[in-house]
Amino acid sequence: MSAVAIRDAYDVAVVGAGPAGLAAATVCAKAGLSTVLLDEQASAGGQIYRAITETPVREKPVLGESYWRGAALVEAFRSSGAEHVAGATVWSLTREREIGVSVGGGAQLTGARRVILCTGALERPFPIPGWTLPGVMTAGAAQILLKSAGLVASGRTVLAGCGPLLWLLAWQYLNAGANIDAILDTTAEENRTRALPHVPRFLLSGYFLEGLKLVRAVKREVRVISGVTALRAIGDTGVRSVAFRRHGDVEETRLADTLLLHQGVAPNVNLALSAGVEHRWDESQLCWAPVLDDEGNSSVEGIAVAGDGAGIAGAQAAEWRGRLAAIAAARALGFSVPAVEEARARRELKRCLRGRAFLDTLYRPAKSFRQPSGDTIVCRCEEVTARQITDTVALGCPGPNQMKAFLRCGMGLCQGRLCGLTVTELIAEGRGVPPQQVGYYRLRPPVKPITVAELAALPKTEAAVKAVVRI
Amino acid sequence: MSPARRDFDVAVIGGGLMGSAIAWGLANAGQRVAVLDEGDVAYRASRGNFALIWVHSKGLGMPRYSAWTMRSANAWATFADMLRQQTGIDVCFQRPGGFNLALTQREWEAREILLQRIQSQPGMQRFDFEMPDRGRVKQAIPQIGPEVVGASYSRYDGHCNSLKLLRALHAGMQQLGAMYLSEHRVNRIEYAAREFRLMTAQDEVRAARIVLAAGIDCARLGPMVGLVMPVRPQRGQLIVTERTAPFLHHPVQCVRQTDEGSVMIGDSQEEAGADPAVTSPVISVMADRAVRMFPQLGTLNVVRTWAALRVMTQDGFPIYDESETCPGAFSAACHSGVTLAAAHALILAPHIAAGCLPAEEFQAFSIKRFDVPALAA
Amino acid sequence: MFQRLPLEPSGSTVGISIDGRRVEARAGDTVAAAMLAAGVVRCRTTPVSGAPRAPYCMMGVCFDCLVTIDGVGSRQGCLVRVREGMRIEMQQGARELGK
Repeated sequence: MSAVAIRDAYDVAVVGAGPAGLAAATVCAKAGLSTVLLDEQASAGGQIYRAITETPVREKPVLGESYWRGAALVEAFRSSGAEHVAGATVWSLTREREIGVSVGGGAQLTGARRVILCTGALERPFPIPGWTLPGVMTAGAAQILLKSAGLVASGRTVLAGCGPLLWLLAWQYLNAGANIDAILDTTAEENRTRALPHVPRFLLSGYFLEGLKLVRAVKREVRVISGVTALRAIGDTGVRSVAFRRHGDVEETRLADTLLLHQGVAPNVNLALSAGVEHRWDESQLCWAPVLDDEGNSSVEGIAVAGDGAGIAGAQAAEWRGRLAAIAAARALGFSVPAVEEARARRELKRCLRGRAFLDTLYRPAKSFRQPSGDTIVCRCEEVTARQITDTVALGCPGPNQMKAFLRCGMGLCQGRLCGLTVTELIAEGRGVPPQQVGYYRLRPPVKPITVAELAALPKTEAAVKAVVRI
Repeated sequence: MSPARRDFDVAVIGGGLMGSAIAWGLANAGQRVAVLDEGDVAYRASRGNFALIWVHSKGLGMPRYSAWTMRSANAWATFADMLRQQTGIDVCFQRPGGFNLALTQREWEAREILLQRIQSQPGMQRFDFEMPDRGRVKQAIPQIGPEVVGASYSRYDGHCNSLKLLRALHAGMQQLGAMYLSEHRVNRIEYAAREFRLMTAQDEVRAARIVLAAGIDCARLGPMVGLVMPVRPQRGQLIVTERTAPFLHHPVQCVRQTDEGSVMIGDSQEEAGADPAVTSPVISVMADRAVRMFPQLGTLNVVRTWAALRVMTQDGFPIYDESETCPGAFSAACHSGVTLAAAHALILAPHIAAGCLPAEEFQAFSIKRFDVPALAA
Repeated sequence: MFQRLPLEPSGSTVGISIDGRRVEARAGDTVAAAMLAAGVVRCRTTPVSGAPRAPYCMMGVCFDCLVTIDGVGSRQGCLVRVREGMRIEMQQGARELGK
């Protein structure tokens, strides 16, 4: 909750206080624009710099240098003059840039001449049998518990999946003295070959040395089982063990009290989609990404997207994208920003993007972990299984919206965030067409649930009363 | 894709509740049926309705519509049974009687006058209704708030799960041999030698008869076969909450609890063209009225709001007709696709299968009741 | 099962109750973190099948950490911070009206 009163209108509203949002808001406010940064969490930082101003973790090296970079960003933001509304859930955004915000259980509307969406990323769904069991969490969740509460999994802990975050978490866990029983690496063997051509550019990216050091350190201390092609979480009221298979081998089982899953992240697109921003399927990152110009402007006038919400590129790229979108917004509103700042941002962004193709190729999640079958739950909220979805494709159901109407997948409180990509891919696979042709859930406000009472307290008009009250 | 020729007895244009109910009925009558539908994103009134099977306030200005509604409501139990036995899908039809709550004395009195006017029309097949006061409403629905002064009530009203209904119809008609063709928007219809050719971007579909059940798109398609269809979109907005333990056992005109537990809050009637956007002032008025009717709804989480476009005819009553210039081309349009689904499937479809709509039953619903030349101009 | 690392010494605690059990929680923790720290393995059962669930994403998107807080149901435990005297209850199945 925040003591800041939200005004009726701003020059710029930035949504999300991760690296992109902090950088964007800082640039806008410093340029002289009235700027508000709306963020759902209680403190700034987003997920990558979660709890950066208040982490209880005493030993700085535990979280690593890349985490502490966030402190300077927040510092610059705090002195920029931008307003920060923490604990603010943005639940709607219209094409006219009317913004619905809920703070402390009360909803209100505000507006901005420019909106910069910095809603970041979500961990990609990891639909394996048993992924809904207590004790199964995302690696990101474990990292959030570590950063924000100094909590680490105790007992038998297994990490499974692929991607930079999995290794980073393992490394942080080891730094913290926490136990990891095993890492079940699902990176597909063929990815390693496919990623080879991208190695030279990755070497120049700055991520190379850091990444290599980290993976080596983890491999020295933890049993890493690579080539995992199938996974199951087993348990009744909570996970007890993890079963896995390597290629054609027989299934092996390991006891586990905690199973931490991760297979990359995908843009958090719900708010942008609900505002009508055009998105396209990105086949290299297997997700939806907004269609943007090189300043981050979307298909909707006055709405820009920056950071991982614009396509996954990591925290440093997010910062520079945030600055570029902010510079464009400032200029559009008649404020000047020195050309050197823009030139620098473009240069830095280019540098940050160098390693992306390598990471996208190496850590491209395997189809078997993206497109489940049988009784595996796809929609966690409504408990819709993969078989139900493929059976309904056979009924002629062409896309996620008809699927939602038929099976209720995506109708729960998470509003499709945990099933949307899977549902699109399963339908595309079943129909034999690309995901782009299948499309995504049509999203409408509230993009995060708010209460009936909050809606009831919003401004009304005579015309609205006439449209509803009938005899 | 190269144009493939497909021959059917009947091609139904539209895969919503109207088209699917007719197609299911036609397939049930042994016809070879094709259903041509648009894709995943279309206007789709069938995905945005309130799922009431509602009798008690319908038919002012057309007693035949009231009788048709009652007939459908009476056929619903059989219809739901047939669907369940055939597809295994329970569409959750219930007829516990429906309430329309009044928040002011004036609303309550105006409602009684309206219902009496409906019943006193010449040619009306009268039925009973009640005007329970606050105390009697509270006995049936203990959760009502202090502002509720009374209600109108009819034991003939019910509800169902309209999404399950749509799925059951799609599953059922395909089990009966109908072919469902998604992403088959009809661009052009040609009629020659007692055969209809439907041109789509995918291919051409041929059929001896066609049924226009394309909702508001009937306005575009109708004139291609000599059926001027005065239909327009009328926007209605909805609010849907999270699943809640069962508490509301009667359908209420603007608040309904589904079999899954979600509470639906409706609805608006807006002339907004073909814009299916939700607007916060309308949503706010709906939420406010719902909370005044049921104060405890206030703390429930809203999972989504929704806007859909009703298929509204000029006078609000259904259209069922056959083309004079292109015999074999039938049209069907209405905004009560759930209430009338049973009649469409079990009464209308068999007549279309037999090749004609009997005048004594359907003349009242003909487009001849409108000033067609003026509409065409 | 989660355990706490050695933390900044300045940290204070607040008293909360989880299903009637009194628990000391670290001030600044979210409800979901406090539950995990207190060894609470499940926070709700689903309205669909009654299956048990626990926090999954910890960032406000999965809605599996729903609990009843001070009598109000379906609150996201990972987005709400603990306060002195807070009453947290496991949510069983669908939420009750008025709770």
